Amino acid sequence: MATITRTPAVPPTAVNKPKRRWGATAFGVVVLCVMLFPLYWMVNTALQPEAGLLEVDPFPSSLDLSGFSSAVTEQGTNLLTSLAVALGAVAICLAISAPAAYGLAQFRLPGTKAIVFGTLITQMVPGIVIANALYSAYVDLGLVNSYFGLMLADASLGIPFAIVLMRSFMVAIPREVIEAAQVDGAGRLRTFVQVVLPMSRNSLITAGLFSFLYAWSDFMFALTLNTTDDVKPITLGIYQYIGAHVGDWGSVMAASVLSAIPAAILLVLAQKYIAAGITGGSVK
Amino acid sequence: MSTTTAAARPVAPAPETTGRKISPASGKRRRAIAQWGFVAPAVIFMVLFFGYPLVRNIVMSFQDYSPSTFFTGEAPFNGFDNWKNVFQDDLFGKALWQTIVFTIGSLLGQFCIGLALAVFFNRHFPLGGLLRSLILLPWLVPMVVSGIVWRRILDQDTGVLNSFLGLFGLGDTPWLTSTSVALVAVVLVNIWIGIPFNMVILYGGLQEIPKELYEAASLDGASAWRTFRSITLPLLRPVITVVLVLGFMSTVKILDLILALTDGGPADSTQTLGTLTYQNSFVQLDFGAGAVVGNVLILISAVFAVFYLRANRNEGK
Repeated sequence: MATITRTPAVPPTAVNKPKRRWGATAFGVVVLCVMLFPLYWMVNTALQPEAGLLEVDPFPSSLDLSGFSSAVTEQGTNLLTSLAVALGAVAICLAISAPAAYGLAQFRLPGTKAIVFGTLITQMVPGIVIANALYSAYVDLGLVNSYFGLMLADASLGIPFAIVLMRSFMVAIPREVIEAAQVDGAGRLRTFVQVVLPMSRNSLITAGLFSFLYAWSDFMFALTLNTTDDVKPITLGIYQYIGAHVGDWGSVMAASVLSAIPAAILLVLAQKYIAAGITGGSVK
Repeated sequence: MSTTTAAARPVAPAPETTGRKISPASGKRRRAIAQWGFVAPAVIFMVLFFGYPLVRNIVMSFQDYSPSTFFTGEAPFNGFDNWKNVFQDDLFGKALWQTIVFTIGSLLGQFCIGLALAVFFNRHFPLGGLLRSLILLPWLVPMVVSGIVWRRILDQDTGVLNSFLGLFGLGDTPWLTSTSVALVAVVLVNIWIGIPFNMVILYGGLQEIPKELYEAASLDGASAWRTFRSITLPLLRPVITVVLVLGFMSTVKILDLILALTDGGPADSTQTLGTLTYQNSFVQLDFGAGAVVGNVLILISAVFAVFYLRANRNEGK
């Protein structure tokens, strides 16, 4: 397949000109502040619920958490819904894409090229087009307003990416390793579970993280495949909230902060996987 | 995933293969079936969630959907009526034009700033890696949430952007409420969202350019601009193609951000093909008209998919 494999970014080497270095750091900090300002403003507004529709002070004068407490009361269940749907989507995504990635990497089945090509193409189908057709199919199947239906749709956001990413790792597993396991009597499934998956651990984690973030951030499927309040993820919850309570920006922003927490945690704890995923998944 | 990484870990001794006779042909077939068992679920899933919607959308665009369709199940075929109605509506042309402006404006801004930052972070300096990874945060926050945060920031009377601009005496721009400014505001917010993604991929590309080339250039006394033009840009070209095509794909179909910022308004001035598909199908419940606009969106994406695949293939050579 005509793909480029990219090695992960090399860690910074220590060959620098000593001068100008801290100047560059200072400039970098300014850039970061500008880029992160909206997120600061989100937290800042969340801590000033009394401001409502008025101007918000640049810094919170006191630690007013009432915005957060009303956000938790009104959006707490939606956060849990998001969590359940995203975890379900990750499980579906990995269960489907990990074996496929292995098969496409190692089995030399006829049609492998066509399937990999098809996987690349699917990433280009606009989501709203999928939702448009999926809605009527979901109506017929009784999947509208169901957790399982939304999990399946959200899994579709991660599956092509996960297959492409994991396959590019699994191609590199030496055939001898797999053959050795099979000579030892391990069946195909056992070889996969006990040898291939542990060796592909990093790509599996990266694929899992990204499918989680995709599903957690999903708004479009939540908006189009739900007609009642039964299954309402946080993204949909916040969107409907601003329609209904225009004045209550404090709790809207507090809910926004809560919805951004997974991204922040993952960025801190799993930074290397995130960077690997962005480069590895997009520059295939 | 509790298993350790030991690939060579001893496996239980294999039972002696007894004299079970398997003819080579049937053994081969059994192996093929077992192997397809790994791949088939993914293929079936992708056919259902990507293949089927593509076909169904084409069929739907020739059907007459109305709000009652989902009770009666009846959507009679109506030839090219949906297509005629959509193309005759001024809103379609408007949305198409706004999609083009939105996409090109966003890509230009994201790419230029992303490239500048990638070049900047490519020079190593203290805390560079940390700063570079923190810049990713805006890209990881759900897009609809970013949109809502910006909606507050851009508020004409009490938003912080106008308060800040007010310090310089410019503080009264109706960012999201004027038909002539709203599209610009939406583009600016989308540039902010896309910068981290562009930066990270272009940075990855820069990292792969051999350092010796830069050393040779500096020995030859080439200026920074000359080095950038003669070494960086040509060697970065494949990555640039990929980042632009992927950026195009994700920008042209955008929905979350626009709904969160403006809901397509004021007076449809930020309506794009993505939001128009949504409006037709899920607000007006005219799924036939939605399918027409969706098909146009697919057609545009397909043209760029060809570009992408061609670029990818050239890379493989």
